[in-house]
Amino acid sequence: VTGLDRRAFVRRAAWLGLAPAAVAQAPQGSTRDSAAARLWQPDMAGRPRGEITDYENDPFIVGVERRLRCTCGCNLDIYTCRTTDFTCTYSPALHREIVALVQQGKTAEEVIAAFVAKYGETALMAPPKRGFAWAAYLLPGIVITIVGIVLGAVLVRRSRMAAVAAVAPAPDTAGLSPDQAARLAAALDRLES
Amino acid sequence: MTILGQLALWLALLLGVWGAVVGIVGGRRGDPVLIRSARRTVYALSAVIAVAALSLVVALLKDDFNVAYVASYSSRNLPLAYKLSAFYGGQSGSLLFWALVLSLFASAAQLLTSRRYAYLMPYVAAVTCVIAAFFVSVSVFAANPFTRLAYTPMDGRGLNPQLQNPGMVIHPPMLYLGYISIAIPYAFSVAALLTRKLDIGWLHAIRKWTLLSWMFLSVGITLGMWWAYVELGWGGYWAWDPVENASLLPWLTMTAFLHSVMIQEKRGMLKRWNVVLIGISFMLSILGTFITRSGIISSVHSFTQSNVGYFFALFLLLGGVFMAWLTYTRWDLLRTEARLESALSREASFFFNNLILVGIAFSVLWGTMFPILSEAVRGTKVTVGPPFFNQVNVPLGLALLALTGIGPLIAWRKASPRNLRRQFVVPVLAALVMGTALFMLRLSSFSAAVAISLGAFVVGTILQEFVRGVGARHRLHGEHYALAFARLVGRNRRRYGGYIVHLGIVVYFVAFTGLAFKKEQEASLKPGESVTMRSPYGHTYTFTHVGVSQYEALNRFVSAASVEVAEDGKRLGVMTSEKRQYVDSFGRQTFEPSTEAAIRSTAREDLYIVFAGAVNGTEEAVYKFTINPLVVWVWIGGAILVFGGAVTLWPGGGPSEAARRRAVEGYQVSLAGETVDA
Repeated sequence: VTGLDRRAFVRRAAWLGLAPAAVAQAPQGSTRDSAAARLWQPDMAGRPRGEITDYENDPFIVGVERRLRCTCGCNLDIYTCRTTDFTCTYSPALHREIVALVQQGKTAEEVIAAFVAKYGETALMAPPKRGFAWAAYLLPGIVITIVGIVLGAVLVRRSRMAAVAAVAPAPDTAGLSPDQAARLAAALDRLES
Repeated sequence: MTILGQLALWLALLLGVWGAVVGIVGGRRGDPVLIRSARRTVYALSAVIAVAALSLVVALLKDDFNVAYVASYSSRNLPLAYKLSAFYGGQSGSLLFWALVLSLFASAAQLLTSRRYAYLMPYVAAVTCVIAAFFVSVSVFAANPFTRLAYTPMDGRGLNPQLQNPGMVIHPPMLYLGYISIAIPYAFSVAALLTRKLDIGWLHAIRKWTLLSWMFLSVGITLGMWWAYVELGWGGYWAWDPVENASLLPWLTMTAFLHSVMIQEKRGMLKRWNVVLIGISFMLSILGTFITRSGIISSVHSFTQSNVGYFFALFLLLGGVFMAWLTYTRWDLLRTEARLESALSREASFFFNNLILVGIAFSVLWGTMFPILSEAVRGTKVTVGPPFFNQVNVPLGLALLALTGIGPLIAWRKASPRNLRRQFVVPVLAALVMGTALFMLRLSSFSAAVAISLGAFVVGTILQEFVRGVGARHRLHGEHYALAFARLVGRNRRRYGGYIVHLGIVVYFVAFTGLAFKKEQEASLKPGESVTMRSPYGHTYTFTHVGVSQYEALNRFVSAASVEVAEDGKRLGVMTSEKRQYVDSFGRQTFEPSTEAAIRSTAREDLYIVFAGAVNGTEEAVYKFTINPLVVWVWIGGAILVFGGAVTLWPGGGPSEAARRRAVEGYQVSLAGETVDA
């Protein structure tokens, strides 16, 4: 921060009511041991938090947490819940549980299995790929594939029929009622297939 | 005022029933008196529901906390804009809002629809009256907004903090306008089925309504994403939440309809499919309201839950059975007029476009409802979250993106190899160049690389169409390029508006790829301490904690944590995230503290900072820092999409007189063989 920037910053901070903090600010890392001032109304700043440890940002733990659902009923995974809904008391506890399991040397799959054993399959962010839950994954794909194949087959068949009809002389349907014409068309369809 | 509101609701219920009866009877008998009565009943219904709505608004503005709804969703110190938005912030108010908007749309449909479709209007009045009567009956019997308390609280609870956001003032009405306006095309489709006059006339009558509805849904969904992004504090905008999914479902089926209707207009094909699509879209819009309001599936959006779900379930069941019966009994009348001539044609590509769109809708609905199904079948509730939806829908989305480029380039009826070469060489080259460039840049996400390459393909197709069109006008008419461009778009708004919409879709998809490169980090910082993060583009951001200030505002107590941000050592400014503790006018805490994120947007990426809380009541703050690439393009994509829709919708872009004449002639021909009296 340059001197000019610092003055501008202090003015802005003072406007925000931050002057004491702004004046106290120092270059990176130099105030690591300084005591932070107490807030005017601590209970108005949300649930009290502890300091962030390496575990909170550990990619392995975060990866496991993303596959597990918070039990507070929010529909979010544990990582998203504990870093979003700061009023939730469940997700920090679940995070601690995961950290404890990891510290015991468990793999990701073992941690997840332990959670499923304790909280049931609803602890997973996606249904397990076994048994009835396969239906969740496969049905949309199967339906779309079958309809796509049928649609493709119908399109090819009809385009062939159209190609045949294009070279054949058009039948004279003058004088036929719509019903008769429809029956004639259906009969021709059957003949061509 | 609440007595007036109650009376208005009961009167609206009676009017709804009356309008339905005289609409059907008048339509069947062709009795002009009853037909006129049906039309006037729709206007009267709007007026009466407006009185009910006004009564509730007055109760909110007058802080009448004896009214349970006002006590639950408002407070003395709630800002005026949010007092007004509290009208639809709670369940019973939102149902009344539904009925109000529906009745206004129904009146507009009666007023604005051309006389050439007069034969449909009594049935349209009847159907809209039935739907309005349903919503009013839910208001009267299950979620009455005028219910009074046995006592009068000194102050209300106030509006949920997450709803106290400008996005939330606009987002729900927009989404509701989208949901509700589908009722008008649905009413026309039912009217066409009831009258058995299933020529192209009813499609022309609803064209603007379907576009309008699709645009409202698009705006509503985009604003919903924006609200989730700025307000929920998780650094994302789409979580595959059941309520988000519910808003996406009718959008997907309406998008499918907007494409398939072109095939019916041009070739007289897909008549059955179009009727089914409109019916499904309407049912999905009701399902969306059902999911939001019933609480059947837990969601971060379910601000209100109650027993109205039974009403909706019954309505969905009866509506579905009625529509199925109506379509089944008119099946033969919906026979196609033309046959497909080639699998390599625009018609065929639109079939697959519809398959993918409806397939995505099916997979989203399936995933959303699967927890209930699993519980019913196995007795075990499972969670179906983002990993499932991404796994299933990303490939479908990429296929859809490819078809977005392919569809408009293939000729109607039959494409020749020469036509294909002429149309596809440039776009395919654009995709290959982009794919190669991304490969050389070692882009880590395969699906992102495919999406961006396909985006280049679609942009290639769009630019090619514009360049050829402008060039042709320049050559033929000697117009300046700018004038040629303006006239090209102005004289074929539907086609070129559609291309602009496609461009918006590409921008959306490219913006979504940014999610693959999102970076997050938590840190606890004392004043003056810093943390650094490397952006996906290679820049280094330094976040230095300044301090936490606390102050009182109108209806809240704010704890504001400020961070000074620098990019590669260059100072960018101060970003402030807040914890807000909402209080009533007596200073009592009303809700859990909420979080306001600090966001700095650039075309490249967003810096997203959330103040998670203070360490042991000191100025040492816990932050979550997120670097979110390309987020601003989501909003730009939404704006382009809506702009394209507006171009298409703008008066003058509709079917030409010749097309209308052809439609009427077709109608007369179809009548000739059916001995129906025109």
